[in-house]
Amino acid sequence: MKQTLITLVENKPGVLNRISSLFRRRNFNIESLVVGHSETDGVSRMTIVANEPDASKRGNIYFSLLKLVNVIAVKDVSSLPCVAREFILIKLNTSPEQLNEVNSVVKKYSARIVDMGNETVIIEATEEEHIINELIDNLMPFEITEIMRTGKIAMRRGRTHKVSSDKINAAPDDIEWRPEQISAYQN
Amino acid sequence: MRGSQKKLSGAEIIWECLIQEGVDVVFGYPGGAILHTYDALNKYSEKIHHVLVRHEQGATHMADGYARASGKVGVAMATSGPGATNMITGMATAMMDSSPIVCITGQVPSPFIGSDAFQEIDITGASIPVSKHSYLVMNINDLATTIREAFYVARSGRPGPVLIDIPKDIQNETTDFIYPEEELNLPGYQPPEDVSEEYISKFASLVNDAEKPVILAGHGVLLSNASREVMELAEKSSIPIATTLLGIGGVPDSHQLVLGMMGMHGGSWANHAIQDADLLIACGMRFDDRVTGNLKTYSPNSKKIHIEIDPSEINKNVKVDLAIHADLGTVLRHVNPHIKKMVRNDWLDIISGWHHDSKQRDILNLKSDKLHAAQAIRKIWEGTKGDALIVSDVGQHQMLEAQYYKHNDPRTLLTSGGLGTMGFSLPAAIGASFHEKDRGIWVIVGDGSIQMTIMELGTAIQENVNINIAIINNGYLGMVRQWQQMFYNARYVETPISSPDYVKLAEAYGIQAYRVDSLENVIPTMEKAQKNAGPSLIEFKVEEHEVVYPMVPAGADLHDMIQRPFSDVYENGQIVEKETAK
Repeated sequence: MKQTLITLVENKPGVLNRISSLFRRRNFNIESLVVGHSETDGVSRMTIVANEPDASKRGNIYFSLLKLVNVIAVKDVSSLPCVAREFILIKLNTSPEQLNEVNSVVKKYSARIVDMGNETVIIEATEEEHIINELIDNLMPFEITEIMRTGKIAMRRGRTHKVSSDKINAAPDDIEWRPEQISAYQN
Repeated sequence: MRGSQKKLSGAEIIWECLIQEGVDVVFGYPGGAILHTYDALNKYSEKIHHVLVRHEQGATHMADGYARASGKVGVAMATSGPGATNMITGMATAMMDSSPIVCITGQVPSPFIGSDAFQEIDITGASIPVSKHSYLVMNINDLATTIREAFYVARSGRPGPVLIDIPKDIQNETTDFIYPEEELNLPGYQPPEDVSEEYISKFASLVNDAEKPVILAGHGVLLSNASREVMELAEKSSIPIATTLLGIGGVPDSHQLVLGMMGMHGGSWANHAIQDADLLIACGMRFDDRVTGNLKTYSPNSKKIHIEIDPSEINKNVKVDLAIHADLGTVLRHVNPHIKKMVRNDWLDIISGWHHDSKQRDILNLKSDKLHAAQAIRKIWEGTKGDALIVSDVGQHQMLEAQYYKHNDPRTLLTSGGLGTMGFSLPAAIGASFHEKDRGIWVIVGDGSIQMTIMELGTAIQENVNINIAIINNGYLGMVRQWQQMFYNARYVETPISSPDYVKLAEAYGIQAYRVDSLENVIPTMEKAQKNAGPSLIEFKVEEHEVVYPMVPAGADLHDMIQRPFSDVYENGQIVEKETAK
């Protein structure tokens, strides 16, 4: 089962190193990690996807992350209502005759052609991961020369607030950032 | 100088902050990138004593030994590059055993960072897997806050080593210094909150409903100062206690409910009790592979309660039924009033049956002409009236110490458990001696281990610390030899090890030294050694092929112990009990 973790971290030198070092050292299987600035200065937001079938190991991943001094909060959103997206750029070699076929695939998946060169096109798409996978499958008949995927980013649905690093839950009805219970990972 | 403002250099700020943290001893070694800081030490030498070590690994073990003996944060200092990398083993040792130390390293001047300058190494990066946290200070105005944070992180929650790397130019710069008093801003670091009542009542009913409970007491008992609470739980509900290696001393070994050490070389009775139990109460321990053996068959019929301050340890190796992420002492203070008074004579009788059984397997009861390591260690226990601070190293002698030296007080056994760092004991004892002034301090160390950090004899005599070093010399890397004997058809590849003449060597350092090769000379020689105000060394020439029993082979079931064969029981050369089992 895929485990999706939304993580708030202090934006300090070496934090990414600490997190990737943790995954390597603990032999956790990381599938993707996306990091960028958040709405708050000095705080970055990450979406981490791990692939670990065992519940207690998923708990170990969660609590090991939370333990890092620079990690402000971690929420396991694997089974929470979320908007989850992945962004992809795909480059194809195409002949002018194939362009119509490519176009119909692109339209079907609400993707866009963002660059047309001499017998090449670059397609972009923003979708859920499984749809991105389908898009790739449907473009397979053409000559794909490059794929660049960002990995998944996720955001919980519901009322939220701007996170300040000292107050994780600002209002009582906001979606909460309190740590998971250990019992959540017991089989 | 709280509150008042003055112009100080980074180097001076380091010392000011250490004094504010209550530090009065620092273990270190100077060098180019930390020279400004050493130069400023002159100004503070009345408040802080610096111990010049012989190797930076020794500095970290000394800080670690000081921390384990005192419960305070130990401080080690070194220069950049090799000085810093030499600290890695010591940090890893402290990390595995949750020991609070702060390591301060000099770094090349900040404009040179990343240029492969002379003696430059990325120690902040290199230390990530072996430290609880690490800092590189790039602005002098962050220095004081960073040091405060480092001490707080090192000592709070599950303690551990923290590294602060400080470039040379930051040490030399000056700034208007006010000691920062505001609350630390550590949004991502929250030691656990209180425990909910729900867990407390579940805990109590599991204990009250159990018939064959066992308490597993780990290092957390010491770190949480929860000895009294653990004993209260045990006595109230008549629960036997098995300890981990690092849990030794957390509960008094002389107490009738205390079974001693569990695990690979633990008492067979303790391991059988765990395997047979219907409830395990794990107190501040982490189900290391050395205490569980085969996880698939580990205590198969028991419910398990795990009280642990580090949530990432819970359900890591052993899945538990009730997990409580909190400070152990706090939890037990809540739980104990809900525990029913009980007497579990049936259960305790079963365990003592196992215990008696093993009397005929005890090496102390064998007839032998040679001095055995176990006998020497038992004599050290007698000669110190069981009241010494023992610092043991890693190997056979470490396991024999754990079996044959009975500890009744917390923080009287310091040893490298998790990492198993050979060479730990001598420097750790030197460090501990700066805290422990009342008890005698004894290093129990093998001939392999002592040679890993033997240069610290120089530190011991320069500081004239009052420690006694007992080298258990069997001419082998004994534990490795034991594995070769048992699992590699007795092919002793590279385990016979030569030693210098330890008596001559010690004397060359100016240390009083003795040699013992018979049982009756152990105590008289100890008495001589204990009279010295400074360091002394005793070499015990012991039987070469001794094997530590019982032993659970790595990965085997915990109840599947290789035991010493039964034999007649001797006392003072006379048979007092005939062998009963053939």
